[in-house]
Amino acid sequence: MIRGRNLGFGNVTPPASSAAVEVCGLVRSFGPVRAVDGLDLQVQPATVLALLGPNGAGKTTTVEVCEGFLRPDAGVVRVLGLDPIADSAALRPRMGVMPQGGGAYPGVRAAEMLGLVAVCSARPLDVGWLLDVLGLTGVARVPYKRLSGGQQQRLALACALVGRPEVVFLDEPTAGMDPQARRLVWDIIASLRADGVSVLFTTHLMEEAEALSDQVVIIDHGRVVAMGSPAELTSSSTTQRQLRFRARPGLDLHPLATALPQDCGASEPRPGEYLVDGLIDPQVMATVTAWCAQQGVFAEDLRVSRRSLEDVFLELTGRELRS
Amino acid sequence: MTLFSPGTFAPAPGRGRLSRMLLTQARTEFVLTLRNGEQVLLTLLIPLGLLVGLTVLNVVPVPNPRVDNVTPRILALAVMSTAFTGQAIALGFDRRYGVLKRLAATSLPRWSLVAGRMLAVLGVVLVQLVVLGAVAFALGWHVSPPGLAPAALLVLAGTAAFGALGVLLGGALRAEVVLAVANMVWLLLVVAGGIVLSVHALPGALSAIAAALPSGALAEGLRVALVTGVTPWATLGVLLAWAAGAAILAARTLRLS
Repeated sequence: MIRGRNLGFGNVTPPASSAAVEVCGLVRSFGPVRAVDGLDLQVQPATVLALLGPNGAGKTTTVEVCEGFLRPDAGVVRVLGLDPIADSAALRPRMGVMPQGGGAYPGVRAAEMLGLVAVCSARPLDVGWLLDVLGLTGVARVPYKRLSGGQQQRLALACALVGRPEVVFLDEPTAGMDPQARRLVWDIIASLRADGVSVLFTTHLMEEAEALSDQVVIIDHGRVVAMGSPAELTSSSTTQRQLRFRARPGLDLHPLATALPQDCGASEPRPGEYLVDGLIDPQVMATVTAWCAQQGVFAEDLRVSRRSLEDVFLELTGRELRS
Repeated sequence: MTLFSPGTFAPAPGRGRLSRMLLTQARTEFVLTLRNGEQVLLTLLIPLGLLVGLTVLNVVPVPNPRVDNVTPRILALAVMSTAFTGQAIALGFDRRYGVLKRLAATSLPRWSLVAGRMLAVLGVVLVQLVVLGAVAFALGWHVSPPGLAPAALLVLAGTAAFGALGVLLGGALRAEVVLAVANMVWLLLVVAGGIVLSVHALPGALSAIAAALPSGALAEGLRVALVTGVTPWATLGVLLAWAAGAAILAARTLRLS
């Protein structure tokens, strides 16, 4: 096995890692702003990585460096072992790209655009079939600028897939899609993975990241703040659980807080939605329901759960709005 | 459970055939130009109106036979409208819509992003030559046969000059700015660049300036070639100089988005 590779022949490139995408110490600034500030990530072959982060966290910059559209200020980026800029010509046929918004002539018909991208590949998927699968057959002759946002997104996804790539980059693939279309995209991403394609996608949607990815990388201010499988991220403290319920907004939480054990906290994150954080045991549950009785309210949707990815995300990136 | 049978998306990457990619890109952009009402107005209807108007109405001084002197200027206008104004505006908005990035992410080599556009522009210029030529012949246009080959060279050089200027403008600025500047420059060149009035009819210094502009050079070069049958080498040189200068600049300033 050791002799299996022809070591010593031809140009020896640095030992290529087996990762489909490898980003090491990536730094990229725009003027005074460091959009990406020392970022590391790896996408293993035939796996799905979700890049999660608030607006301006550096997701699109990271993806565009991987696609070869932006030159890194520092750090090393390899896609399929290739440099996205220096080896662009060799890499592009093997890579599928769905940019964030746009990606077609304003006046071009959906089928024309997909056809144009298809001829750039040696063995493209059938254009008619792909339009059909993505629900675009009915608008195949409609100019791009008259398509709905969701239809434009689906066309962009079709363009990313038509060349049968080995690795795909999807920048917010489900933005602006209705729930049916979103399910379809999820289905496609799962099929890509099953067929051996490596996928890196960005999203704001926690459930999307949780449902689709082998690995989630949460970034903020251009840095990785957490990474791991969805299960690892949400169960980092197994004893920490949550009790949630809904009731009339604005209840007085003070008596509850004093009645609860010290390691439990009570809050109303959104009007009418209550959250008890901590070691939730039957005693805590009894305390909460007793307090509800005291307040004369009925606790609706009462449930105990582990942390959601959204909780992890908000915990790590803060709750204030980003411009 | 999934909609797709296993292997549907199994990777099978590969580069498409270059000639096919380039021709498909050019054909797409060619068709888009002819489908766009504003582009048709700019590239066909306005030149047609001016061709007929300047030939039939005696509003500006034109040596006789009027149609022989008007037609070369209208052909120059047609090339300028397509290769410069129309192309710059289309490029500005295509960049805004992420088209260049989209294409740059395929197997198309980078140079073909521009080469494909130039092919499309040449296609539109050909359509213009046929339509405008046919109308000019109907108006009694007479061509000096030895001038046809140099005229074709001049059209190619003019398309290259205006095309490079169009990429320079449309490839660097915001779409709205491109729109405004491209239209303003077009109007200026039509009025004072040797199109409506020939370079000889312009007053004083303006005459010399217009002759050195691509519009004046192309119009005057075509007139010399088609009326006298002589090859205007100096004019050809002016156009090629514009083409080279603008192309070198544009290669540095072209941005994908």
